[in-house]
Amino acid sequence: MSTNREINRREFIVTTAAVGGGLALGLTFPMSSAGLALDAAKISARPWESLAGKGDIEVDPWVVIAPDDTVTLRIGQSEMGQGVITSCAKMLAEELECDWSKVRAEYVSVNRHFRENKVYKRLLTTSSSSVRLGRPYLQQAGASARERLMAAAAQTWGVPRSELTVKDSVITHKPTGRTLRYGQVAQNAAAIKLSAEPNIKTPDQFTLMKKPTKLLDAPLKVDGSAVYGIDVRLPGMLYAAAKASPVFLGKVKKYSADAVKSRPGVHAVVEFSGPQIEAGVAVVADTYWRAKTALDLLPIEWDEGSHGSDNSEGFFKMSRAVLEEPGAKVVTQLGEPEAVLKSSSQIVEAIYEVPYLDHTVMEPFNCTAQVTPDRVEIWVGSQDPEVATMDASKITGVPVEHIYLHNCFLGGGFGRRGNQDDVRQAVSIAKQLDGRPVKVIWSREETMRHGYYRPMRVSRFRAALGPDGKPLAWTTRVIGIDEDYPGDEQTIRGLHQLPYQVPNQLFDYHLRKTHVPTGPWTSVGRSQNEFFLETFVDELAHAAGKDPFQYRRTLLEGNPDLRFSKAWVQVLSAVTAKTDWGRQLPAGTGMGIAIGDSRRLSRKEYTICAAVATVSVSKKGEVRVERFDVAMDTGPFLVNPLAAERQVEMQVTMGLAATLRQEITIEKGRVVQSNFDDYPLLRATEIPEIGVHWVRATDDPIAGIGEEVVGWVAPAVCNAIFAATGKRIRSLPLKNHDLSWT
Amino acid sequence: MLSLKVNRKTYSVDVEPETPLLWVIRDSIGLTGTKFSCGKALCGACTVHVNGKPVRSCVVPASQVVGQEITTIEGLSPNAQHPAQIAWREADVPECGYCQSGQIMAAAALLANKPNPTDADIEREITNLCRCGTYLRIRQAIHRAAQIAARA
Repeated sequence: MSTNREINRREFIVTTAAVGGGLALGLTFPMSSAGLALDAAKISARPWESLAGKGDIEVDPWVVIAPDDTVTLRIGQSEMGQGVITSCAKMLAEELECDWSKVRAEYVSVNRHFRENKVYKRLLTTSSSSVRLGRPYLQQAGASARERLMAAAAQTWGVPRSELTVKDSVITHKPTGRTLRYGQVAQNAAAIKLSAEPNIKTPDQFTLMKKPTKLLDAPLKVDGSAVYGIDVRLPGMLYAAAKASPVFLGKVKKYSADAVKSRPGVHAVVEFSGPQIEAGVAVVADTYWRAKTALDLLPIEWDEGSHGSDNSEGFFKMSRAVLEEPGAKVVTQLGEPEAVLKSSSQIVEAIYEVPYLDHTVMEPFNCTAQVTPDRVEIWVGSQDPEVATMDASKITGVPVEHIYLHNCFLGGGFGRRGNQDDVRQAVSIAKQLDGRPVKVIWSREETMRHGYYRPMRVSRFRAALGPDGKPLAWTTRVIGIDEDYPGDEQTIRGLHQLPYQVPNQLFDYHLRKTHVPTGPWTSVGRSQNEFFLETFVDELAHAAGKDPFQYRRTLLEGNPDLRFSKAWVQVLSAVTAKTDWGRQLPAGTGMGIAIGDSRRLSRKEYTICAAVATVSVSKKGEVRVERFDVAMDTGPFLVNPLAAERQVEMQVTMGLAATLRQEITIEKGRVVQSNFDDYPLLRATEIPEIGVHWVRATDDPIAGIGEEVVGWVAPAVCNAIFAATGKRIRSLPLKNHDLSWT
Repeated sequence: MLSLKVNRKTYSVDVEPETPLLWVIRDSIGLTGTKFSCGKALCGACTVHVNGKPVRSCVVPASQVVGQEITTIEGLSPNAQHPAQIAWREADVPECGYCQSGQIMAAAALLANKPNPTDADIEREITNLCRCGTYLRIRQAIHRAAQIAARA
């Protein structure tokens, strides 16, 4: 059952939007924040370092309580700007009933996780999973600690647990008014075994969650003290600059170490290669600059292998040819789509193409490692410290129990920092340095030219429209390229079930390989597929002579197989209401719409999200996104609405940069782009006014918020460009299109 | 050996004269709040002040700034109480945070020069890149910092 209550946008976002629109001052800040006036950080600048002191008591592996009631909560997920330290702490503290102002956080010990049979469940941070998968066990850990603290107090007083209440770390014996603080009972609580685990709260019982909370780590990022992987400094540490084969899968043929060995500070020149390591050479020196300048002068000859003449145009040609090949894998078949298409008089057909994309993390790739025969230490910002540890073990032969990975702050992740290529390379280099620690830093150029790219993709859509303009048949064929992760599913996501009413359907796909490494990129599959699908349905609406909002609405309402179709319509209607959809706009300005639900084959949860872009295009063809409005289902709660708003803003920024002008192209087997000049980020002057509209449309917890918006940016913007200019965009980025009009 | 004055302290550093100021600050002096990102003055993550003016330290040879007053994020204010830092915390600006040292240094230089900047001033003067898209909050925080500085 869904309710029709829309959560009010709070003043803060209204203010943000106003400032974004050019109205200055009169600013207000969210005074209701649970972390009000958070001047001091609540986590160490070196987040892997434990804050817990000697007298502190571990009540359970996640909860440590000090005699003065300070609560230290352990965080298993990696902070890369999404606010996960704060969100995980809130999920624990919601149950713990502790004083939030006395909460601080620290990362879990990755080493302990291995030594104690994966005690922290999961250390991966991807796919909006930290809340979706973490909440049940984090709430349970918080509740369990609370009950043991309560049981210890009951024991102390010799009273039944049922006579006790707790609030803000103070336990009260109601009949007598006596109180005990958490810090006073923690010692005894640690020894208590509960006969049964307590129930955890349901969303309607949440008090701390749902409130906007400032991030516990933000103050460290305002005074320069937060330690990212690239900032690690160790006694006796060396620095390395690394260069991997410019052509992927190439090899080092020869290099002349003698040419640089006598340069100041140079310590060694070493090669690296191995399974899942792009072969290359590193110069090791006493400073990074000396290492880098020596590497630039080092003559290296490469064996380019068999891919030295591959290029993007060839990959696209191949993909277009594969569109015609038989034997595609069928995912969905409903009715007789081909027969209906053959007999139809109104056919709409389109081929869509999108390029490889880079993650462009602001912090260039780096990893610090120290390898001795019986112990390995690693400092890195990683989305997957567990697999990184296992990879280091494979390379060194040192068992995982003797590997110490210290997770640092991540200067952006977006899926890139979960591939461990940084760790494998650094460990391979450190292995050759007789136990000395080494910090390996990639240049921006190396970082951009050795990514795990968002896969390029080509698709063809065909539909037959009936007399009423509704699609009678719809076929989709996708050519997935090099979908190393997570295989076929990335190609399929979002297309495997159409949300729209279509009686005859076929969806099939081919997979092909190139030598270009690919990986998860925020939204994993959806940034390509939603552009295809939501552009095509827009093309159908126009072919049918219908309003794109009403057309979608009719097809959503008419689809009997769509779970929560009312919620879809509710979210879609919210974003059109907020943007006054259908109003008269000046010439050259248009609005475009897109909707989707982030479903995946592998999970039952999803997040319904709809977007409207308001875009103006100058006669010369310059695109300006004026506004971008997002309506999103919150389900019954958001753990931290403040962080959630920022996640939406991040994804709009990310999606817009990709839509406007980002592409990774391959020439001579290697990446052409190298830095922010030829692969530009969105600039401050280009950010639109962003409206975030929370809608409670379903009663189930949503899939998450970390990547459920980015897929709808390109289709909303491109549909708006069509509305503004009549030019239909079927390939990205926009910089490759002439959008001028008269 | 070069002699550099950073955050009011003088350091003797063993570097080649053409070594970018960024790497002297980070590796030789050990102040890591100033960030490396592009190496070509494109993004501003490495912004520091030289005699109060914002510079992108990744392209400034160390030999060029001998004897000049260099300020990094660590030296911007005692206890991180510069109005921009207070405003940044109030507005909870940082996401990944990697670009924010540079953003704050650029904003502080703007505020020193123009105590009450307009949106147009901010757009023109703060050209630092942010991958997380915190631009709207940065603009808001700069206006707030101007208010805080005016009150002080």
